[in-house]
Amino acid sequence: MSIPMMPAGPGGPGDPGGPGDPATTMLEPTATEHGTSLWRGAVQRLRRNPAAIIGALIVLAFVVVAIIAPLLAPYQPGTGEWAGQVTPGKVPGPSDEHVLGLDSFGSDMLTQLLYGARQSLVYGVVSTAVGLVVGASLGLLAGGFGAVGGRFGKAVDTLVMRLVDIMLSVPSLLLAVSIAAVLGKNAYAIIIAIGVAQVPIFARLLRGSMLAQGRSDYVLAASALGIRKRRIVMSHVLPNSLGPTIVQATLNLATAIIEVAALSYLGLGEGNPAVAEWGRMLVAAQDRFAVDPRLAIYPGVAIAITALGFTLFGEALREALDPRSRR
Amino acid sequence: MLRFTLRRLALMVPLLAGLSLLLFVWVRALPGDPARALLGQRATDESIARVTEAYGFDQPVLQQYGTYMGSLLRGDFLSSIRDGRPVLEGFLERFPATIELALAALLFAVVLGIPLGYLAARYQGRWLDSVVVSGSLLGVTIPVFFLAILLKLVFANWLGIFPTVGRLDPRIDATDVTGFAVLDGLLTREFDAAWDAIMHLVLPGIALGTIPLAIIVRITRASVAEVMHEDYVRTAESKGLARSVISRRHVLRNAMLPVATTIGLQTGLLFSGAVLTETVFGFNGIGSYLFSAISQRDYPVLQGYIIFIAIIYSLINLAVDLLYGVIDPRVRVS
Amino acid sequence: MALLDMRWNVGNRINRVRAGAIAGLAVGALVLAGCAESNRDGGGGGEGGGEAQASGGQFVFAGSAEPVTLDPFFASDGESFRVARQMFEGLVGTVPGTADPAPLLAKEWEVSEDGLTYTFSLEEGVTFHDGTEFNAEAVCANFDRWYNMPESAQTEDLTYYYGALFRGFATGDNAADAIYDSCSADDPATATITLKSPFAGFISAMSLPAFSMQSPTALEEYQDDAAENPRNSEYSTARPTGTGPFVLGAWNRGENVTLERNEDYWGEAAKIDEAIVVAIDDPSARATALTNGEIDGYDLVGPADLAPLEEAGMTIENRPAFNVLYLGMNQKQPPLDDPQVREAIAHAINLDEVISASLPEGTEKAIEFIPEVVNGYTEDVPTYEYDPELAQQLLEEAGAAGATIEFNYPTGVSRPYMPDPEATYNILRTQLEAVGLEITPTADQWDPDYLEKIQGTPDHGIHLLGWTGDYNDTDNFLGVFFGTEQNEWGFDNPELFTALREARELPTVEEQTPAYEEINRQVMEFLPGVPLAHPVPSLAFAPGVEGYEPSPVQDEVWNSITVPSD
Repeated sequence: MSIPMMPAGPGGPGDPGGPGDPATTMLEPTATEHGTSLWRGAVQRLRRNPAAIIGALIVLAFVVVAIIAPLLAPYQPGTGEWAGQVTPGKVPGPSDEHVLGLDSFGSDMLTQLLYGARQSLVYGVVSTAVGLVVGASLGLLAGGFGAVGGRFGKAVDTLVMRLVDIMLSVPSLLLAVSIAAVLGKNAYAIIIAIGVAQVPIFARLLRGSMLAQGRSDYVLAASALGIRKRRIVMSHVLPNSLGPTIVQATLNLATAIIEVAALSYLGLGEGNPAVAEWGRMLVAAQDRFAVDPRLAIYPGVAIAITALGFTLFGEALREALDPRSRR
Repeated sequence: MLRFTLRRLALMVPLLAGLSLLLFVWVRALPGDPARALLGQRATDESIARVTEAYGFDQPVLQQYGTYMGSLLRGDFLSSIRDGRPVLEGFLERFPATIELALAALLFAVVLGIPLGYLAARYQGRWLDSVVVSGSLLGVTIPVFFLAILLKLVFANWLGIFPTVGRLDPRIDATDVTGFAVLDGLLTREFDAAWDAIMHLVLPGIALGTIPLAIIVRITRASVAEVMHEDYVRTAESKGLARSVISRRHVLRNAMLPVATTIGLQTGLLFSGAVLTETVFGFNGIGSYLFSAISQRDYPVLQGYIIFIAIIYSLINLAVDLLYGVIDPRVRVS
Repeated sequence: MALLDMRWNVGNRINRVRAGAIAGLAVGALVLAGCAESNRDGGGGGEGGGEAQASGGQFVFAGSAEPVTLDPFFASDGESFRVARQMFEGLVGTVPGTADPAPLLAKEWEVSEDGLTYTFSLEEGVTFHDGTEFNAEAVCANFDRWYNMPESAQTEDLTYYYGALFRGFATGDNAADAIYDSCSADDPATATITLKSPFAGFISAMSLPAFSMQSPTALEEYQDDAAENPRNSEYSTARPTGTGPFVLGAWNRGENVTLERNEDYWGEAAKIDEAIVVAIDDPSARATALTNGEIDGYDLVGPADLAPLEEAGMTIENRPAFNVLYLGMNQKQPPLDDPQVREAIAHAINLDEVISASLPEGTEKAIEFIPEVVNGYTEDVPTYEYDPELAQQLLEEAGAAGATIEFNYPTGVSRPYMPDPEATYNILRTQLEAVGLEITPTADQWDPDYLEKIQGTPDHGIHLLGWTGDYNDTDNFLGVFFGTEQNEWGFDNPELFTALREARELPTVEEQTPAYEEINRQVMEFLPGVPLAHPVPSLAFAPGVEGYEPSPVQDEVWNSITVPSD
């Protein structure tokens, strides 16, 4: 369930940043290509990549729909206004008033799907942001201290990484389930649960990437020139570690959207059954799957397409930032 | 090598100690009362107080932690609140099911993934490549349980080819020797039981194996493509060596390195997916049991199972690292 | 029979024959193989080959969970009882299709005037599965075993029913309240039970599987009531010994429980050779397994599955509803303490729509908190018709127009009385919003969060809950709901509490009838909640499975079942 695209995924071999860690081997921006030229080149490469364009279009469509859902949707979400028409055996299908029919709880399916995009965007972005901020801080702490070395630096690095190791020793969905179970059935719980489950991914990634940078020639050169360590980290090491982090965040958005649905499936999602949330809709439709697959297929496909969009774009971004991985 | 292994094993001790502390804090932070979970709708205040006392949940938390750590050190993982059986016993009973499922998923992923990835790399940029690549992308973006219920709908509800629930047709009177249904069927020469067990693994194996499949396809493709551009392959080509020989001797062998790592890593991640897959297919493995233990607030089971999973997960990671060193002497870790 | 004996000796053949047990394997393997072979023939083909008995085939039935234990005295859950009912019998059974007591191991009984002495005349010539004779001494051995449970086993977790119905054991905190006094074996076929205080529901209670007659010799040898967890003793997992039409084949943890026909059954022997009970927790997965031919029948059909199952040619059997689903109103949360508001809520609810939108077909509307077959049911209670205008008017008069009300409902659960709580919540919410109430939904996982919140704390507003009766006793409904001050309802009504206690203590059912009718009127006047419906629980079977007799109290024994012989 965890992050699809392996090279940057969690649970890398025990010695992060070491030669065995694919995260750094694949993602480390080359020393020759950094600064603005890296990004300019990346954009150019993105424009030439059809997968990137498709991914970007899906992401764009998703974000636009999420933002202007109230303008597009014919009705209000989650009202269950037509609940009286739903019976245990039958949910009214497409009609003139309801283009895609009703959902299991008597709300308009189209409205639910459109507002569901909004919900997914919020969950995805906020939880990834939580994971990114916390994970990156930890990674920065470890990587920053680790990169500049010293006994104290090493101790901080070890302490932080041991904590990350503990989190990594539990599979990410289990971690999310554990946290959601404690926090209860509400939006914050879901966001925190999925966010925290991403923390170790970002922490390791950033640390690994910074450590690799720390060993690179330009950093060695900078320290030889007598530039202060903090300045080296902030103005050289950090900016160059950003690329892989952004790629990972894009890919994690996809995972986050899928994991929201997984939590819903396990009964830990949003409480209100009629809420416009894809995972919840999918789960509610499960009992009627054999009779009325439409109810599950719409939200299921919506999740898959959105996740596909972020994955395509993230992958293309990775290739664009690291031309070596293309070929 | 040995020192590295020992060091890694030693590192697991603080990891497990830290994990057990976090777990202890976590299960007690779970809202809800195990006594009420046990008694259900008939619970009264007095009955809850009595059960709470019987299990020692009324003692100070520190004391409970002491008792818990004490028994862990003695190798006693306590007993389940739900069924009163030793946690380890229950785990060992269910673990074969999960291993069997994970192996089925891996088999599906590897057997299909490596050839597909290889072909995609060979025909890079052509239609086969595009189909494989987009297929593998779809594979990782479909929610596992959605895929699982889709498979169930198509292959069981509509076509009626595969069974949907459990590990073995209850009508078959199979002898249980090892706990691995397929192996047992072969050992006892009850081939119909073995066959039935295999049929029961098909749908859950595909559901669980799809993400690893997609990842293996992509890694194989990338890795083969990279190796094909290496100098030694070009040299071999210019020497006029047969394509098949080049593939076997040079390309595949060198390209398999990252693939092997990926397979190892995916094995660990399968535990996550197993929670969902086992739930959908009524597979009595550790994933579904662990999940039900959360809702039942079965503290000892939660603590025990997660520690076991963490141990296995860490061991797999260690094995992957070691394997990496064995396959590729260049990256042997000091 | 020969097969069974061998199995007994080898231990359960399918049971974990771990690698260590190589010892008897040389001989054992042959026996095992033989067993497996012959059984398989019996199941699949039905041609029976060299078997002496005509093959009745196998019957695979799915419940929602594994049994907790095979010793029914330590059980209180439906799945343990389902299995126990095949292997064990009590003194009293039920009239098929009803909840009324009927003779079983006791041919007849007499009650003394004061309701303190019960004399049972027993069936003769009945033996337990291990050959022990069933007689008055065996009856007394069972009663004495229950009464003398060690204190470690006196928790509600282990011995709920005895504690609740007999109110105490020989020792322990509640010893003074215990209503059991003694048992005497007057002659082999007559047992007399003496109680310390009257218990009108005694005969009905004796039909509960918890009070099944168990073989004293097997208990003596394999059971240890004082063990830390007697549910895991050899007796409770591998050697339950009763008088019923099936004997245990094996309990394969996590897989199934197999039950073999008892060839020496004293009554009508089972027609099937073997019954296999499996656990599938998800209702729609049970439906798929049935239509896919993996099982022959299952319990607790989800309302959404009814139509497709029938379409697929499956047979649906309905149990007479012995339950109630209600909307509880917590009077600790204003404005629910105002009777007018509660009345308004009752008038705002359109029960027909609630039933058609969220409950299985054939479900009856409820007008009070007990189903019709329970003693004390009366149609002469205050009723509250669907009338949204009146509801709005009442709310305005009460100054609660547009009030905000918290609505609690559970998720992740399907109970016979509440098959789809999310759908039920959803339709009720739209109806309540239609009369201008503002609804704040609060969902919790059923077990334990929801129950904890509703029954353990005062932090809830209106909520969905219900109850399925254990046996035919009014106190098992009304006493459970309204017998004491409870968090669930948040009211203190000493008048009602006293009336319920007095009714419970009346010596005979006849005397209880008018008392409970009066209490029903009183409750519906007070309106602590709105009784919604008595949902019909359904079972589903593969085509050709015949002879399953649904019982309102789930007293379903499988000896009359036949399966098609392909």
